[in-house]
Amino acid sequence: MNVFDIIGPVMIGPSSSHTAGAVRLGRVAWKILEEKTVRADISLSGSFAQTYRGHGTDKALVAGIMGMHSDDERIRRSLALADEEGLVYSFKALDIRDAHPNTARIHLKGENGAECTVQGASIGGGNILVSEINGMEVSFTGQYNTLMVLHYDKPGTIAAVTNFMAYSGTNIGNFRLSRPKKGGEAVMTIEVDQDVDESLIQSLRILPNVINVILIRAI
Amino acid sequence: MLDYNSIAAICEAAKQKQTTISALVLSDQAEQMEIPEEKLYERMKKSLHVMQEAVKEGKNPDIRSTSGLTGGDAAKVESYAHTGGITGKFLNHAMARAVAVSEYNAAMGKIVASPTAGSCGILPGTVVSMLEEGRCDEHAAVMALFTAGAIGMVIAAKASIAGAQGGCQAECGSASAMAAAALVELAGGTPAQAAHACAMAIKNQLGLVCDPVAGLVEIPCIKRNVSGIAIAFTSADMALAGVESKIPVDECILAMRQVGDMLPCTLKETSQAGLAATPTGILLKKQVFGEI
Repeated sequence: MNVFDIIGPVMIGPSSSHTAGAVRLGRVAWKILEEKTVRADISLSGSFAQTYRGHGTDKALVAGIMGMHSDDERIRRSLALADEEGLVYSFKALDIRDAHPNTARIHLKGENGAECTVQGASIGGGNILVSEINGMEVSFTGQYNTLMVLHYDKPGTIAAVTNFMAYSGTNIGNFRLSRPKKGGEAVMTIEVDQDVDESLIQSLRILPNVINVILIRAI
Repeated sequence: MLDYNSIAAICEAAKQKQTTISALVLSDQAEQMEIPEEKLYERMKKSLHVMQEAVKEGKNPDIRSTSGLTGGDAAKVESYAHTGGITGKFLNHAMARAVAVSEYNAAMGKIVASPTAGSCGILPGTVVSMLEEGRCDEHAAVMALFTAGAIGMVIAAKASIAGAQGGCQAECGSASAMAAAALVELAGGTPAQAAHACAMAIKNQLGLVCDPVAGLVEIPCIKRNVSGIAIAFTSADMALAGVESKIPVDECILAMRQVGDMLPCTLKETSQAGLAATPTGILLKKQVFGEI
């Protein structure tokens, strides 16, 4: 914690958890899709489902999906901007079992056919916890630069990735592996202390068994 | 390096070094965050400017919240403030600033959560008032925000700054305690006096519940920002007059935590009791969500 966690964040109101955190959740989904979104189907659980209109949670999520930060003054008009840009969105309530009260599940479709599903919760003070990406369990907060490495579950893949990171002087603060099925697709969630440059990402992408690498910068 | 676990320890360190809490905290944060002091100062100055902009925008008489429940009251207080009211021009203008920023927040305006969005009007109502009423210069106002931040860090570490965890005492109560310490420093008081002001502000809001109507950061949050500044100003003046809190500030924070833990969940941001559960509170909720 530092002094700007208390005097801050600078954000669009009214609620750090229902507005600022929601922008961040939307932004994570936007980052993962990696192309212009044409359709967003958003399911809301718990308190999000009950109070999303009054808190502008809908505007906040759509703003994040359009790539805005939580202090962007366009958040207020994001639904109108989405209409202008041809982004179709929908909201529905969904009871997600054992989920944090402020949980959203965001399904996005991109202009070139890419799809992704991101589930996460706004856990207070504008902080978030992303818990699921494309059906795979993850756990990261977005407070650190986070690398998502989608790969095939084959021997030596983790070692190869972490070796490259060691060579580039990148320190790993947190590491998590999710593997729904032995030998299938798996995801490494790696939170790092330093800035990550594009050359490291490119190097990781061409490693054997690595499908894709996405950097989610600290938000 | 400072650990932000005790306000008494921070005050003692400031006294030892014969400096202010703000200067001590700025230099410590620069060290801990590995960022030069000037950069941190500039970042804090930007936050002060966001607060000032929110004060200005929030006084627009046409401002309305997304739910339609609130808005336009800051303009009323602002025009009344020119008369001096009962408590004088200074406090009335400060009240207008607190309402303005809180209403602007509810209308999806840009604010600084300090420590939270629900309590975002209290530092503008106090520190920005000192600046805009000519009681201090901009440099002092920016530095005062570091003092406020340090107090908030200790409260967050030892109690809570989240309404869902500690009730409104944790949000408006914390903001008010942070502001009280900042005001003492701005008025030229000692770190020890800042700590006493902080303690008095906490004591005056101990037990304050979080019971927002319809779960929204509007009723009663906006008006609690006003009582928050009033308590900050009176606590600061008491401390500057030489009045001491018999209960040390760090013990007040522990009491806040204990009280927060003992508050039932129905009074911690769930809108199941208190003002949210009054007949009018329930009616307003139905209006907002289109049930009538």
